[in-house]
Amino acid sequence: MSNNNAALKSGADGLVQPAAAPRRFSNRLQDWLPQIVLAPSFLISLVFVYGFIIWTAVLSFTNSRMLPNYSNFVGFDQYVRLFENDRWAVAATNLLIFGSLFMLICLLLGAFMAVLLDQKIRQEGAIRTIYLYPMALSFIVTGTAWKWILNPGLGLEKMMHDWGFTQFTFDWLVNPDMAKYTLVIAAVWQSSGFVMAMFLAGLRGVDNSMIKAAQLDGASMPTIYRRIVLPCLRPVLFSAVMILAHIAIKSFDLVMALTGGGPGYSTDLPATFMYAHAFTRSQIGLGSASAMMMLAGVLAILVPYLYSELRSKRND
Amino acid sequence: MTNTRPVSTGERLARGGIYAILIAAALVYLLPLAVMLLTSVKTLDDIRTGNILSLPVEIVFDAWHKAWSNACTGVSCNGVSGFFWNSFQIVIPAVLISTFVGALNGYALTKWRFKGSELFFALMLFGCFIPFQVVLLPMAQTLGYVGLANTTTGLVFVHVVYGIAFTTLFFRNFYVGIPNELVLAAKLDGAGFFTIFWRILLPVSAPIIVVCIIWQFTQIWNDFLFGVVFSGQDTKPITVALNNLVNTTTGVKEYNVDMAAAIIAALPTLVVYVAAGKYFVRGLTAGAVKG
Repeated sequence: MSNNNAALKSGADGLVQPAAAPRRFSNRLQDWLPQIVLAPSFLISLVFVYGFIIWTAVLSFTNSRMLPNYSNFVGFDQYVRLFENDRWAVAATNLLIFGSLFMLICLLLGAFMAVLLDQKIRQEGAIRTIYLYPMALSFIVTGTAWKWILNPGLGLEKMMHDWGFTQFTFDWLVNPDMAKYTLVIAAVWQSSGFVMAMFLAGLRGVDNSMIKAAQLDGASMPTIYRRIVLPCLRPVLFSAVMILAHIAIKSFDLVMALTGGGPGYSTDLPATFMYAHAFTRSQIGLGSASAMMMLAGVLAILVPYLYSELRSKRND
Repeated sequence: MTNTRPVSTGERLARGGIYAILIAAALVYLLPLAVMLLTSVKTLDDIRTGNILSLPVEIVFDAWHKAWSNACTGVSCNGVSGFFWNSFQIVIPAVLISTFVGALNGYALTKWRFKGSELFFALMLFGCFIPFQVVLLPMAQTLGYVGLANTTTGLVFVHVVYGIAFTTLFFRNFYVGIPNELVLAAKLDGAGFFTIFWRILLPVSAPIIVVCIIWQFTQIWNDFLFGVVFSGQDTKPITVALNNLVNTTTGVKEYNVDMAAAIIAALPTLVVYVAAGKYFVRGLTAGAVKG
């Protein structure tokens, strides 16, 4: 299309130019400009995303310890070690527990509050602002704040004691069985407002005439929500799940700030496992293998998502 | 809530219930911030005798002063002020560069579609989703090779490289909604690639530019992973310094200093959020919903 326009243009300029003559260099440059502009980003993504993934994959097949070592390939040994590693088993299980609880609670809370906020609430803007502000904070700040609030000696527990609930105990932060749930609390606090905002935006996008028609037919509000509104929110739900899953898998800073992976390694997640082995425990090979497993986890969610996205784009 | 019929008692009760839930939830969300603020202006004695929500006996700003200028963050004891400015030095160039590149990419991808442009976009989009752990080791080595290890420039570079996938996504999704007719007409008039960008696309891009800048600012300011892996002793961003401060175990644990430092670290993004919350929300949803 643009080629034709460029050709038309040079004719309109009044330049004497036979139709078949080679076009001027500057025109040809114009034609290629989009590709030239995109080239650096293309190269960057080729090298620093795809190239580096391959590089990490190569490292995961070596027995590199403190420094990368490309001379000693050991095949899948690191992956075998990884799956025999107790700490990795804990990290992977934690991710499953943390991730599913975090996502489920965020989605339920977010959808619930979005529906409530969608009832022509006075001061809606102010309330929304309050729900969403944690999303602006760093997980390090969130972790620091909750570490203090959940402090077994001086935090929530002491406050409840002061208020007369002397039997109240809350030691999750130092309890190896419960510490992972403190991660869920802090992460839900930070991200549920965001899910609410997404659902609210989705609700606002629902065609009002459909709701009006249903109202005229005498449908009750709950029925309208169940039959008309919620089905319209499917794409929003899809995106929210994607983003939350992504936050969960990448969760690193929250663990570092809130529990430091402890007590022991009871709150380790794959991200902290990878960091510990690659950068502090001189186990680069094993760390690379764990990074590749994280990537595999993301791909397992991402590929179906991108597939459906691209398919729906094609249908547009 | 039509005005044609009287509001029944049940309906009024339901609305009361909705407001009660919404306000209770708002209090829960505000609680941690309140605790942080209260704790940061208390003395250590006050912290020990009171509780996290008790009002300070006397408001003192000693903890703030200490957090800013002489609290220990690992080996150095100069507070978080230096790291606060480090973060700005990393964030400002990284945000500007990645936003600019994203705008050009988004424009080229939507208004100058070519064979393979969709494939290119899909290839780039993947960069939004990778867990960064999978690029940390090669990046650490590469930065070492080119002499950028532990430097601010290195961190800016890393943030730009892994930020442009997001900024491209933002601008692409925005420009898809700008009618092609305008661009086509300009092309017929002989306007070139950059002329159309400057004259037609950029003037209507203000909302998405704000969204993109806010998003990138928040992401990079709040980053911890790249900061902890790629920064040196003097180039640490504030998030890393805060984490070191909280986990430095020498002597008495000063919760008030921890909280003051946490608020300092949170302040820039909070200010941006309060000042431009509308765009913040739009960024989150635009990037997400239209994906």
